Amino acid sequence: MNEVVADRWILDRPNSYIGRSVPRPNAPRLAEGRGTFVDDIELKRMLHATYVRSPYAHARIKSIDPAAAKALPGVVAVVTPQEMAKIHDPWVGVLTHLEGIKSAPQYALPLEKATWQGEAVVAVVANTRATAEDAAALVEIDWEVLPPVTDAETATEGETPLIHNDLGDNQAWQRKADFGDVDAAYADADHVVEETFVFGRHTGVCLESRGLVADFEPSEEQLTVWHNNQCPHMVQNILADKFRLEEHKVRVITRDVGGSFGIKVHTYADEVATVGLSIMLKRPVKYIADRLESFVGDIHARDHRVKGKISVKNDGTITAFEIDDLTGIGPYSMYPRTSGIEANQVVNMIGGPYRFDNYRAVANVVYQNKAMMCQYRAVGHPIKCAVTEGLVDKAAKILGMDPAEFRQKNFHSDDSYPTKSAQGMPFENLSHEECMKKMLEAMDYNALKADRDAKRKDGIYRGIGFASFIEVTNPSAMFYGVGGARISAQDGATLRLDAKGNVFISTGATEQGQGMEAVISQVAATAVGVPPERLKIITGDTEHTPYGGGTWGSRAAGIGGEAVAQAGRQLRVQILEAAAAMLQEDASTLDIRNGVVVDTDTDNERISLDEIGRICYYRPDTLPDGFQAELVATKHYVPRKFPFAFTNGAQASYLEVDVETGFINLINHWCVEDCGTVINPLLVDEQIRGGVVQGLGGALWEECLYDDQGQMLNANMADYLVPMAAELPDIECGHAVSPTSDSDLGAKGAGEAGTCGAPAAVMNALNDALSPFDARMTSMPFTPKKVLQALNKI
Amino acid sequence: MKPAPFAYAKASTLEDALSLLAEHGDDARILAGGQSLMATLNMRLSAPQVLVDINRIDGLAGINDTGDALRIGAMTRHSDVETSDLIAQHAPLIAAAVDHIAHPAIRNRGTFGGSIAFADPAAELPACAMALDATMHIAGLNGERDVPAADFFEGLYETAIQPGEILTGVSIPKIADGWKSGFMELARRRGDYAIIGIAAQAKFDGSTFGDARLVYFNAGDRPVSTPQTAALLNGQGWSDDMAEKLAASLKRELDPPDDLNADGPMRKHLAGVLAKRVLGPMAGA
Ligand SMILES: Cc1cc2nc3c(=O)[nH]c(=O)nc-3n(C[C@H](O)[C@H](O)[C@H](O)COP(=O)(O)OP(=O)(O)OC[C@H]3O[C@@H](n4cnc5c(N)ncnc54)[C@H](O)[C@@H]3O)c2cc1C
Repeated sequence: MNEVVADRWILDRPNSYIGRSVPRPNAPRLAEGRGTFVDDIELKRMLHATYVRSPYAHARIKSIDPAAAKALPGVVAVVTPQEMAKIHDPWVGVLTHLEGIKSAPQYALPLEKATWQGEAVVAVVANTRATAEDAAALVEIDWEVLPPVTDAETATEGETPLIHNDLGDNQAWQRKADFGDVDAAYADADHVVEETFVFGRHTGVCLESRGLVADFEPSEEQLTVWHNNQCPHMVQNILADKFRLEEHKVRVITRDVGGSFGIKVHTYADEVATVGLSIMLKRPVKYIADRLESFVGDIHARDHRVKGKISVKNDGTITAFEIDDLTGIGPYSMYPRTSGIEANQVVNMIGGPYRFDNYRAVANVVYQNKAMMCQYRAVGHPIKCAVTEGLVDKAAKILGMDPAEFRQKNFHSDDSYPTKSAQGMPFENLSHEECMKKMLEAMDYNALKADRDAKRKDGIYRGIGFASFIEVTNPSAMFYGVGGARISAQDGATLRLDAKGNVFISTGATEQGQGMEAVISQVAATAVGVPPERLKIITGDTEHTPYGGGTWGSRAAGIGGEAVAQAGRQLRVQILEAAAAMLQEDASTLDIRNGVVVDTDTDNERISLDEIGRICYYRPDTLPDGFQAELVATKHYVPRKFPFAFTNGAQASYLEVDVETGFINLINHWCVEDCGTVINPLLVDEQIRGGVVQGLGGALWEECLYDDQGQMLNANMADYLVPMAAELPDIECGHAVSPTSDSDLGAKGAGEAGTCGAPAAVMNALNDALSPFDARMTSMPFTPKKVLQALNKI
Repeated sequence: MKPAPFAYAKASTLEDALSLLAEHGDDARILAGGQSLMATLNMRLSAPQVLVDINRIDGLAGINDTGDALRIGAMTRHSDVETSDLIAQHAPLIAAAVDHIAHPAIRNRGTFGGSIAFADPAAELPACAMALDATMHIAGLNGERDVPAADFFEGLYETAIQPGEILTGVSIPKIADGWKSGFMELARRRGDYAIIGIAAQAKFDGSTFGDARLVYFNAGDRPVSTPQTAALLNGQGWSDDMAEKLAASLKRELDPPDDLNADGPMRKHLAGVLAKRVLGPMAGA
């Protein structure tokens, strides 16, 4: 591979804000409760929608009687699936690069049958949400209850009923991979170690639930949607397409978003239906998912059963990995990203940190009558990481090697890049060795081991667990675009100098509460040469921002940020051309620092941006003949050299198991990761910690529990256990820095690293703690009940 | 979700509240702190026609020293119980239990009387009231009557409070010399309703138990007292052997339910663990 060298000009700028913990510009507004979330939008003549949801996991709709609901005072409309289907086209969640994936057409409201408990079936629109709910209770649906498909293991077996007859079976997709010669590796190995891992179904519980206000203006055929989606341009495209509208007449606005985590990146039927209601009624319609609806309406994630194998030699060399993954994804593949990506990521990333040549995988993705599954923070990552790291730990144990040492022996070494994984994934520059070394120091590994061993003598069972990982960030068009999805991998940024010398920034990246605006402001301030107070950031509006992909796949800083850097540099050049014209100087001798034009060499102030704005906008007549100042610059950026910027890191967990109660107490957690250039250390650490907490949730608490009839049993905040502060350990963060050469900024993503490694670290720590007993646990979440069962106490 | 429509009446006196209840009969519900009631309304699990708000009735809140007992007014907020010196001094079991109830924001609104009247089998205070032989004061249009805790909890969310009646307060005997209490619960997250918990009280002669009471919560359809197991303690000191005897006895005496967090056998097992962890230290072991 050719050596690629990036120009790191932005890191060498005077008055750089890169690498500083600059506070978020939007923090005071949000902390004061002055944010504008979707539910804060109130329009004249606005109506409220709610949905009659299926009480059954699988049932045919024989008839719908809306009469009693329609008769309730305050009700404006009760809309059936047939009525809704007249005004929109269905969608099918497939991508061409996931060869063979199939799904059924999905409508805003299902035409024939409901295929999961909680699916929205009939829309009710009223003057208030409360009235709509009163009316929803009066809609009579005559159901023919059908046997549900709930168990992924038997979903494709002969006797199992079909969810979509037209598909022929309940298999959504199968992915196979075969590299090297796994059988030969096994024959040659000293040990082949096997383990089965189970990952519970869980979901992302956003502080702000999904919601939108759709406002269709019939005279201009203009649709405006206030929406808390992560990707406004994607939503614009989909709504225009499905409602046969002109794309430029669909405007999607995302103001403040109260968390998204991948939950808000999909095409939800109830949201499309809400848009349909506004088009039908020619009035603004608001729909906000309530908590109970969120649990059965939002996407779920994980729900994998993975049989894994690793082969090793007595000298501690890993020679092969193999997996058989099974995942149930609900009744449809989600549009437009599909529900195949999580399994695909698992297949692509098993064994990521380690050198080995032989790999075989099969992943079966099957349909079932449960809530739909799709991409949630760290898609596939916690699964591939826990499988890899669980196998690695078990192998180390069989070999009698220290788990840290066994990993260090098998890492792609830090000086071996660029290189490729066994699956052929290109790694530009990773730092497994450095991260592990830093983490072992931070945790004082030897002292910790001594503490663990001493406590065991007193009947206190503590364990140390590791997880090394790779993470996909900054996805290029190879991720979705190549498969035909109209999801932008590139992002644009427009920077504009106003007449007072302030800079307006419009970006396609979006703020979800993660602090993206802070990152954008730091990059812009540095690239142009102005203090952050002089910036105004505009995001989340398809009418006012350059085309972009929004926030997903840990891309906003690395891709959106680079576009801002390039546009900022371009604007600086243009401002300096204007300054040079005014000062009769050569532009190359001038720079912008701290908001004023200075002589590059002496730092002497020459002219302020305020003055440049005044002259360019009010007295252009004083500029030299033929000179036209251009004070707006737009740049777009997409990673081209690598399909993704892989990042890496290591996590460790120290925990104690109460072997009488089965309770697990998390004592400490460490994460050292490498996201390339760290633009804002505080925000990166917040991302890591928040991500770790979501990973811990899946490991210990969170699970969407279903009975065999496909009824979700804990669809409320009392019974679905999200992690809470009192149970969480301190999370210590550290960094290694390997910038990507795919951009000048060199930033990779940091949003998903925490979630990726935390479950594996906890699982390994738990098994270390249980090592004095004949007990091993590999089924998440690790509940007290499962711990007691593993210990044969109950 | 939004609640179904309901009317709201703010009572200014106890008589006022009682006559509103009489007027609306089964259609009326008392609104105390609202921390349990509002959730059931919003989830449309119940749809009363009228809420009778008793928050503004003078004299229903507060903790009074009545000599041998403390009288805790029904409208006393959990947070006021939590910070009360009288409670800390004379009712250490309540003091130990109260900060396990939910989270501070909920304790600021939720009431002592609401917890007792709601009679959630997983709640802490009903079990404490049983262990302490509390007396419930119940007012009706015909005057006030007293019901001992042992007769008060009649089943799942069912109590001796009759339609039209209001719980006005609870009297808790002050802890006497030589008595000790113990409390522990196992909740998956701090503030959640426990998987199972224990409220215990016993009289000690040195380290020998006498008159022990063990009451478990979330172990049945109401707070569950285990007199047979408690009897094993009387006249005895603490030992590992005792722990095993109690655990075995609890497995016979308890018949706890299954739910998402635990099944009956797990609760029985945990009941034994809790007995050991609470009673041993009470005996100074
Ligand atoms: C997130 C959360 C967690 C919680 N965790 C716990 C916990 O761990 N342990 C626990 O014990 N509780 C818990 N609770 C419940 C809390 O303690 C409630 O405050 C309590 O159960 C009810 O008290 P309230 O004053 O809010 O009653 P309300 O909600 O107003 O009323 C509850 C019921 O009791 C009736 N009622 C109330 N007062 C009277 C009265 N004086 N006379 C007759 N009837 C009356 C009402 O009509 C209603 O039916 C939790 C609540 C929440 C929201």
